[in-house]
Amino acid sequence: MTPFQYAGASDAADAVRRAEATGARYLGGGTNLVDLMRETIERPAALVDVTGFSREVIEQENSGLRIGAATRNTALAEHPLVRTRYPVLTRAIVAGATAQIRNMATVGGNLLQRTRCTYFYDDDGSRCNKRSPGQGCDALDGFNRGHAILGASKACVAVNPSDMCVALAALDAIIHLESPGGARRLPLTDLHRLPGERPDIETVLAPGELITAIELPALPISMRSGYRKVRDRASYAFALVSVAAALHIEDGHIEDVRLALGGVSHKPWRAWRAEEALRGQPASEAMFRRAADAELSEARPLKDNGFKIELARRTIVAILAQLAGEKR
Amino acid sequence: MCLIVNGREVAVPEDPRVSLLDLLRERLDLTGTKKGCNQGACGACTVLVEGERIVSCLALAVQYDGRCITTIEGLAGNGELHPLQQAFIDHDGFQCGYCTPGQICSAVAMVGEVRRGVPSHVTSDLAAERVALDRDEVRERMSGNLCRCGAYNGIVDAIFDAFGDSPEEEAR
Repeated sequence: MTPFQYAGASDAADAVRRAEATGARYLGGGTNLVDLMRETIERPAALVDVTGFSREVIEQENSGLRIGAATRNTALAEHPLVRTRYPVLTRAIVAGATAQIRNMATVGGNLLQRTRCTYFYDDDGSRCNKRSPGQGCDALDGFNRGHAILGASKACVAVNPSDMCVALAALDAIIHLESPGGARRLPLTDLHRLPGERPDIETVLAPGELITAIELPALPISMRSGYRKVRDRASYAFALVSVAAALHIEDGHIEDVRLALGGVSHKPWRAWRAEEALRGQPASEAMFRRAADAELSEARPLKDNGFKIELARRTIVAILAQLAGEKR
Repeated sequence: MCLIVNGREVAVPEDPRVSLLDLLRERLDLTGTKKGCNQGACGACTVLVEGERIVSCLALAVQYDGRCITTIEGLAGNGELHPLQQAFIDHDGFQCGYCTPGQICSAVAMVGEVRRGVPSHVTSDLAAERVALDRDEVRERMSGNLCRCGAYNGIVDAIFDAFGDSPEEEAR
């Protein structure tokens, strides 16, 4: 690990000020950043610890939730209002990592966790445009069973590893940011970038910009929501494919729907096309399949991951059928 | 700047690179906590922070200033084993023993989580305030602790023996 300066912060403004002065990175639970620093893939000269503030989950007047960025993953997953109003979010969080890691990891850090592409981690032996822009990508023709089928580029085929982000993408979550230039808000679906020519730039955040909170809008449809994750082991593995979904059916027809995919792209993939194909249509498996096909029409397999297209199709159909069959 | 390890005040290391795991093992000689993968994948380094389980390898010691840490050395009291330690012996919950301190610390906190109603991936009803601790729940909740010897059946038996069918009751 490269030496670095460490400092705490009393609040968001203090953290932003300190980061601006030193060029520091923000440190949450450390479950990803500390690991990457130990591998010397990340070499920050300074860290500002942002776990000491913004740790509350607060119900808003409009019945949405404001989640402080330093809230631990476990605290969010077990929150009574999350479990009852946004079950997809609890399901997604507890489908990820382990209890120990969820106890440490903050939700702000979860949003910014980096890919687990093994070529990205293999600093000594592999080329990676995400690690060293312009170097080339050894995953493109390498062992790419876990890699992207949607929105990838020749420069990068890595996937975003977060489960929580897939649920947040489906829930129309808003990210609150603070920087020396002031505060702003951003839909979660606009936070992460597709790789394009610059896979090293993973989000639209400006240098020094700090995530302070995540806002969940009041979303009655999310009461009937769920998360289905397909992985190589029954527990503690990243997703091959995952689907977050919420469904509202009236008289056998789909009034409204939310759908997002994980494990398939450089960003949590909101399935806008499938949603559009479903609204107003009869809630049938044939319809679910047609919507999945619409979403996956742009999917492009690599050498080893063609199975993901069919797996994503089946997983979308399965979770929608499950939600359609649930009692209200 | 200090943290409390098994009831004893310990200075926070000056170098912020020192992990909580290395502080425990290399500087405090508390070698019960094991270093397995050193990347958060195996759970051998699991310790308790105010009763919550974490992996100490990914924890920078400096982030735990002022916090109370309990390691496997701090679980037994008055020369007596913690009931779960005894249960691990009774049920062959280990072979080589390397993962055992992490397994035991993890299970102690796991029962606290169940008591609090924290749902897991296999919990069917998220709205329920109580979680029934069956074997599927134990296996899922303990999936962050790997055992290369494959003593899992004994581990699950030991956890049931120590904490019974009702995790509501205090184990000691």
